[in-house]
Amino acid sequence: MLRRRVIPCLDVANGRVVKGTRFVDLVDEGDPPELAARYAAEGADELVFLDISAAPEGRGTLLEIVERTARRAFIPLTVGGGVRTVDEMRAVLRAGADKVSLNTAAVADPALITRCAARFGRQAVVVAIDARRTPGEGWEVLVRGGRDTTGLDAVGWAASAVDLGAGELLVTSIDRDGTQAGFDTDLLRAISRAVEVPVIASGGAAGPADFVAAVVDGGADAVLAASIFHRGIHTIAEVKAAMAAAGLPVRLSPVAA
Amino acid sequence: MTSVTGATAADGTAATRPAPLVAVVDYGAGNLVSIDQAMTSVGARIAFVRSADELADATADALIVPGVGAAGPAMERLTEAGLVEPIRHWIADDRPYLGICLGLQLLFEGSDEDGATTFGILPGRTRRLVDAPTLPHIGWNQVERRRPHPLFEGIAPAADFYFVHSFAGAVAPEAADAVAAETTHGRPFVSAIARGNLLGVQFHPERSGDDGLRLLGNFAALVRAHVDGVAVPA
Repeated sequence: MLRRRVIPCLDVANGRVVKGTRFVDLVDEGDPPELAARYAAEGADELVFLDISAAPEGRGTLLEIVERTARRAFIPLTVGGGVRTVDEMRAVLRAGADKVSLNTAAVADPALITRCAARFGRQAVVVAIDARRTPGEGWEVLVRGGRDTTGLDAVGWAASAVDLGAGELLVTSIDRDGTQAGFDTDLLRAISRAVEVPVIASGGAAGPADFVAAVVDGGADAVLAASIFHRGIHTIAEVKAAMAAAGLPVRLSPVAA
Repeated sequence: MTSVTGATAADGTAATRPAPLVAVVDYGAGNLVSIDQAMTSVGARIAFVRSADELADATADALIVPGVGAAGPAMERLTEAGLVEPIRHWIADDRPYLGICLGLQLLFEGSDEDGATTFGILPGRTRRLVDAPTLPHIGWNQVERRRPHPLFEGIAPAADFYFVHSFAGAVAPEAADAVAAETTHGRPFVSAIARGNLLGVQFHPERSGDDGLRLLGNFAALVRAHVDGVAVPA
């Protein structure tokens, strides 16, 4: 049976992980490949690098760390942040990524999704959607790291993105992101019911019970989190144990956390 | 169990024999870094080949055809590179071949994904997964062996491997003996085939952690045995 995935997300700027991590015994705790290898050994099912480099020169460094990561951690790697063209996506895949996530660029140029899917297959194209509850019913899509509104309905955009060629959706609740208030399971359910591609839940994880809720109540296929893993609040093994106890299929790693 | 050896074996210093040389077909833009690193870490040497000449010049012991995505564009690029006939001959000569994901699907007669005609080596067609709860089928899933095969030596029954695809080869009844493993997403589909030195997996061993490396190490061991003239069990 297909396993529900647990995915740590690392924010990367200019080739370094920004935001702290709990792996204090690492030789170099800000080095993305080293952290990636640690999470892989702990049972991470995939990894996401979110490139938040402000300067263009950070991009070359990104390709270098993607390659070093692919050579250290034999699990799938998704890279998001700043990819605007088919050529840029090609460079990231050639460096060793398996998937690229498109966010702001896909809203600005929806045909980019189709061009990337035609070139690399839809399984390589993740569309990331940052959504915020509106005062009425529903959720609105935000772009540029949650700074700009778009007027787009998040569920409608999700369905469009899949029609255009997205093979997977990474859905982040901006309301919940960083709050540790739990995932927005209403948002997840609305989107997972609207599409047949896998949905990755993001934004708001505080504890193992939230991961269970994202899958059971939200219909998510995979659950992504950053700070609860980086700060050592919970390990991947603890999260997976809770998911298994709730009857969810998970890949239990032979390596102890 | 075939042990996963370090890079020292790859340069021949730790091995009593030279490491097997594996040609990997590079016909697109996908991730080849993982295959390079994984094969090197299990003691093989890798040569990426982009044309018939490069394949001939490599004088490789084995061939890996990787790939994700649709069959049509892949066949176009392989045709442009002049690689379709050399690959067919390679397999007809029963030389070691490992197809990964699309590299397995191409062995069949054609693909329903875009109507492409493929190698036609195995009777059957590449078809969309039936009754799948989600598509693409992305993530870790159990590979259930239908018979013992040395490719899976040292790997637990129904171990998890990483998949990312929407289509899979539907083996024709007359070739049912080639099925080595199946996986269920909706209905069961063929996740590994083996016929002599012709091997194919629908999952991505190069992205499947320790068990993936074990499988690739087993492939390297089979290649070594072939070079030494030892017959591979069907």
